[in-house]
Amino acid sequence: MIAPKESTAGTPSNETFTLNLGPQHPATHGVLRVKLTMDGEYITRAEPVPGYIHRMHEKMGENRTWAQYLPNTSRVDYLSAMTYTHAYVGAVERALKLEVPLRAEFIRVITSELNRISSHLVGWGAFVMDLGGFTPILYAFDDREKILDLLEAVTGSRLTYCYYRFGGVVADVDTAFLEGCKAFVKHMRPRLDFYRALVTDNIILRKRLEGIGMVSAEMCRRYGACGPVLRGSDVAYDVRKNEPYSIYNQFDFDIPHYPQGDSMARYNVRMDEIEQSLRIIDQAVAKIPEGPIMGKVPRVLKLPVGDFCYATEAARGRLLVRVSSDGKDTPYRVRLRTPCFCNLSLFEEASKGMLLPDAIAFMGSLDLVIPDIDR
Amino acid sequence: MKAVREVLSGTKSLLVGMRLTLREFFKPTITVQYPHQTLPMPERFRGHIELRRDPETGKALCTACKLCERACPSDCILVDGVKLEGEKKKSVTDYHLNFTQCSLCGACIEACPSDAIQFTKRYNLASQTNDYRNMDLVQRFKDQPEKK
Ligand code: SF4
Ligand code: SF4
Repeated sequence: MIAPKESTAGTPSNETFTLNLGPQHPATHGVLRVKLTMDGEYITRAEPVPGYIHRMHEKMGENRTWAQYLPNTSRVDYLSAMTYTHAYVGAVERALKLEVPLRAEFIRVITSELNRISSHLVGWGAFVMDLGGFTPILYAFDDREKILDLLEAVTGSRLTYCYYRFGGVVADVDTAFLEGCKAFVKHMRPRLDFYRALVTDNIILRKRLEGIGMVSAEMCRRYGACGPVLRGSDVAYDVRKNEPYSIYNQFDFDIPHYPQGDSMARYNVRMDEIEQSLRIIDQAVAKIPEGPIMGKVPRVLKLPVGDFCYATEAARGRLLVRVSSDGKDTPYRVRLRTPCFCNLSLFEEASKGMLLPDAIAFMGSLDLVIPDIDR
Repeated sequence: MKAVREVLSGTKSLLVGMRLTLREFFKPTITVQYPHQTLPMPERFRGHIELRRDPETGKALCTACKLCERACPSDCILVDGVKLEGEKKKSVTDYHLNFTQCSLCGACIEACPSDAIQFTKRYNLASQTNDYRNMDLVQRFKDQPEKK
């Protein structure tokens, strides 16, 4: 075993070379390019070069009406589209002081949590695949398929849902969906044990993740890292608990956090979060009230002049949407503070002196979604 | 001693993995043999839009009010209509959809006051030509048999 601590990276020889990781590398999950300066197998500098999938989502907000921006929100982090739409509609609702009916809030919580689980399942499968284990992603997709089927029946779409509206949700859920959720929770709990036995306890995985990719809480704070990365560094910060939005304060759930700060800790946080999301869904399905799904919304939306923010806990961390209005029917500015951008920022510092394969594992543990970085 | 322990724990991991995988192996297959088999599309599936028919008159419900055109975030819709003699509202003569830009958001359907458009359930839409850049929905409507 080669310990990365003994790397020669601190005193680079003059024989470094440059290696491009991406933009078409399978481990960068999309089109992220990382310019690596290598000293043999060790990284002396890893410079992320984002921008290959920049689509101007923020700029697009300025040339369309408030409602027309809704489809954009599901295309930023396409794996947890619900929470992104939630943050945007939340900001607009806050500006207009719209009331959201209770049933709609419950539906939002259930669909968001389902979406979080499906996102973590992809993250988990892809992460293990980065490490060289191909089979788990097939199990993950099998379970994720059940979520997608549920959400497709309600929203009509499998990935870019565009399901929430200002003041509620666009379509009601039926008993079949609620029964499906119950059945899914029942199905998923033993699956988590299966995942644990198959992958989490596997010695190869542990050897590749434990003690590697150390990220301290202090580093997280400097870079604004959030989500499972922050919680893997022993900071139990979760927007759902710390600044509760929607009706999350009505549910009983824990914030999983691990003190180690290594890749394994981040991995464990995600696995535990699936469990917690199942708990929330369980409670929400049991408590969901009858009633309308849309509140009273004016026909033409004109926001009062000012800045309005709304933060949600997306699958990858804290998402903040800030909209500025100058009183017209289009936004003056839409700002998306996305979690992956901050989580990527610490990669350069944290990966110094790492072995290349460890850096791939470390990047997998950050669970990056590239369109979320570039947006 | 340490090496022996590592070999043992490694073997155990391997055996556990093999056992679980083997158990999965004997589960029933759920693969759908597409394209020979397909799954039914859910009720709310969002395919491209199409014009709806008035069940009484058999004509298109659309009154060419252009609200959908204005609601669309991606400018995919172009509608035109004429006012026919003896009718209160306009009738649609042109309805063009640029499906290559459509994000299937449903804003057009929500905006329509006469409930005149709906999503189709089509999804096999790969094509080597420019067919979907300018879909003539009125023509498509005329080609479709009236459902009884
Ligand atoms: S679904 Fe959305 S993008 Fe497509 S035509 Fe309708 S409004 Fe336009
Ligand atoms: S909004 Fe409805 S009625 Fe008006 S043009 Fe569009 S489809 Fe026709």
